[in-house]
Formats: sequence, structure tokens, C-alpha cells
Amino acid sequence: MLATGGASQVEGAGGGGLATWAMITGYGSRDGIGANTHFTYVGLSDFSLKSYGFAIGLHDRLELSYARQAFDTEDAGITLGLGQNFKFNQDIYGIKLRLVGDAVHDQDTWLPQISVGVQHKRADRGQVIRLIGGRSDRGTDFYAAASKLFLSESLLVNATLRATKANQFGLLGFGGDRENGYSATYEASAAYLLNKHLALGAEYRTKPDNLSFARENAAYSLFASVFPNKHISMTLAYVDLGDIALHPDQRGIYASLQAGF
Amino acid sequence: MYDAMSKAVLVVAVFVVAVMVNFRPAPALAGDTLYTALGGNEGIVRLVDKATEEFLADPRISNTFADTNIARFKEKLAEQFCELSGGPCVYSGQDMHAAHKGLKLRSRDFSALVENLQVAMGKCDIPFSTQNKLLALLAPMHRDVVTQ
Repeated sequence: MLATGGASQVEGAGGGGLATWAMITGYGSRDGIGANTHFTYVGLSDFSLKSYGFAIGLHDRLELSYARQAFDTEDAGITLGLGQNFKFNQDIYGIKLRLVGDAVHDQDTWLPQISVGVQHKRADRGQVIRLIGGRSDRGTDFYAAASKLFLSESLLVNATLRATKANQFGLLGFGGDRENGYSATYEASAAYLLNKHLALGAEYRTKPDNLSFARENAAYSLFASVFPNKHISMTLAYVDLGDIALHPDQRGIYASLQAGF
Repeated sequence: MYDAMSKAVLVVAVFVVAVMVNFRPAPALAGDTLYTALGGNEGIVRLVDKATEEFLADPRISNTFADTNIARFKEKLAEQFCELSGGPCVYSGQDMHAAHKGLKLRSRDFSALVENLQVAMGKCDIPFSTQNKLLALLAPMHRDVVTQ
């Protein structure tokens, strides 16, 4: 009905840039199989992040996703003693199950679409992760997401509750010397549909703060998404990921290109 | 934590401003309904004409109308839009489930129909926010129309 079928969040699941949605990815998944691929670049004050991946939606019920993230320390790698352009990478395998509701068509009830999901993350650089106080280079997030399109108001709203041990999404490992258990974090986002081809919105996502060597803050973004047709979307955002690895106020641009069917 | 809270407040504030900037309040006339926003009976008849043109020209769904009496279809659709949007009509056609059960429609057929309706609303110069108000009333019919 609208351009809600094909967007991926930074960990590869169907969603916005930072926030996970309850929707199952892929325009065609209601009748069988839908799919979506993404490439995302985030340019911050001292670091950059690239992510690519894909998601497959099955019968508007189940979503399988994969994403590969590369976090580049650029020049900051030198001051951190890791070497210029030292990279932290991780693979993320996701599965999402729609439990109830239809975010788009159920316009006559207040019930949102509700899904639950798991993201298994495998970071490389286990040695460095342990040196900075991280406990593991592997971790698994569990989340529940609720999404609702208020079509008469042209407004899409999402809320997600997540249990995670991830440091900086998992790129700096899982658990730490300050806190090693699961933290309850949340993601909230809203998008206003200006017309058939343009949405403006905002996202907010909290993160754990497990490592004593450097504080970790919540992230937010202000975004514009363009949908030239139902198979392609582009998102441009201003993103603030807070402090990362002793480098304060990591802000910059988020650019994502997505294609799906 | 204070920092995170103030950022959250900032994000929400910017978002609210963005929504308000783009919010075009409808004129507060007496009897102001979606029906009047669609141009009353005249506007709805025009929309139904345009939409039906689009349906019949779309190879994805035109077969669906092979056995349809188009004049009657237009009349009932206009009646339905009129009643749904708060106009002075009573829909006298079949209920949505009965009207579609033999057609074995899939979700993609419903989506194609919505896309055509959006094109027709655009051609009738109906503002996007008004389009969405009508679509919000039609979307729950997905339940009765899609049987495959």
C-alpha cells in the first residue's frame, strides 16, 4: 500500500536505520517470498561504518536476514594503538517472527503488528575486544517490536524492546568489565509520510554501557527517505551515535540504498 | 543520562515541528467531513470514473472485471465511498466478502487496486493526506477481499 515493504535497519532486519520494525521485509512476502538488500555508509567525526546485507520475507510471517558490518577506525586507529584504518567487523544473522496484527491494513483497530526476533552476532577482533574489557566476541540479542501505521494521519510509529549485551552494536564485543549481564534497551521511531515518495522521521535507540574504558551513549537520527518506486528506497540521515571508544560526540551522515521486491 | 534525555527531547521536538510544518489544517466548516474533502458527490463520481479507467487498463487486475457490469460497479463503488466518507448515501451493494469470494484475489491484487486508486486520486488533485484518510477506511477490507 505504501513504501513500507522494503527497508532494512543497520543490523539487516526490516526496519529504519537504527530501529527495528515489526514488519516482515519484502514487498511480495504476503503472497510468498519477498526480499531486500541494503548497502549503508555511516560517516562519523572520527570513524566510519559500512554495512551490507539482505533479508528474505516468507508469507508475511517469517524474516531471515544477514548483515556484514565493517567499522573503520580511520586515523583514530593510530591514537588507539591499533593502527590506521584498523577495522572491527561483525556478521549478524537474524530471524524475526510476526505474532499478531497487520501494521498496514488493520486501520480499524488500535492493535499494532507485533513481532519477536533474535539477532546472533559474531564479531572478529576477539583479542582486542578482551583487551578493552569485553567478555566475548559473540552475542545474541532478543527483541520484541511493535509497529503501527496510522494511515489517516500519514504516520508510522515503532517501538522495540531489546535484551542485549552488545557494545556498540556488538562491534566492540559483548558484555564487559563494568557490566556483563543482559541490558534492556529500547528503540523508538516515527516517520511522517509527506507524499507517496518521501517520508521524514526520527529514531532513538538506547545501548548498554558495559565497558569501563569508555562510556557508551544512546543513538538518534533524523532522516529523510525517498521511494522513487516500490522496489528502491534511499535514506539520508543525520545520525548521532554518542561517544565511541574515547572519541566524544560521534555525529555525521547516514546514507543507505535499498532494493527489493 | 541527562544528556541522553535531552537528546531524546530534541529529537521529539524536531519531529513534532516537522509534522506541524507539513500539517495543512482543513477549513473548519460546518459539516466538514472526508466527503466534502473529496469534493462531495461530484468529486466522488469523478474519482470512481478515473479509478475504474485505471483498474481496467491495468493488465495485473483487468481480468478480475471480465464478468463485471461496469456501470453498476461504478454506481456501487461511488455509493460506498460516499457512505464511508460520511456522505448522505447508503451502500446498497453486496458485502465485501460476498462480492469477492469467487475471484480468488491475492494480496498483490489488492495492492495493485490500491496503487491504481492512488493514481486516480492524484489525477483528481486530491491531497496526499486526504488520500490516506480514504485509504485508511478501505484498508481493513483486505481481510474480506483477499482469500488466497
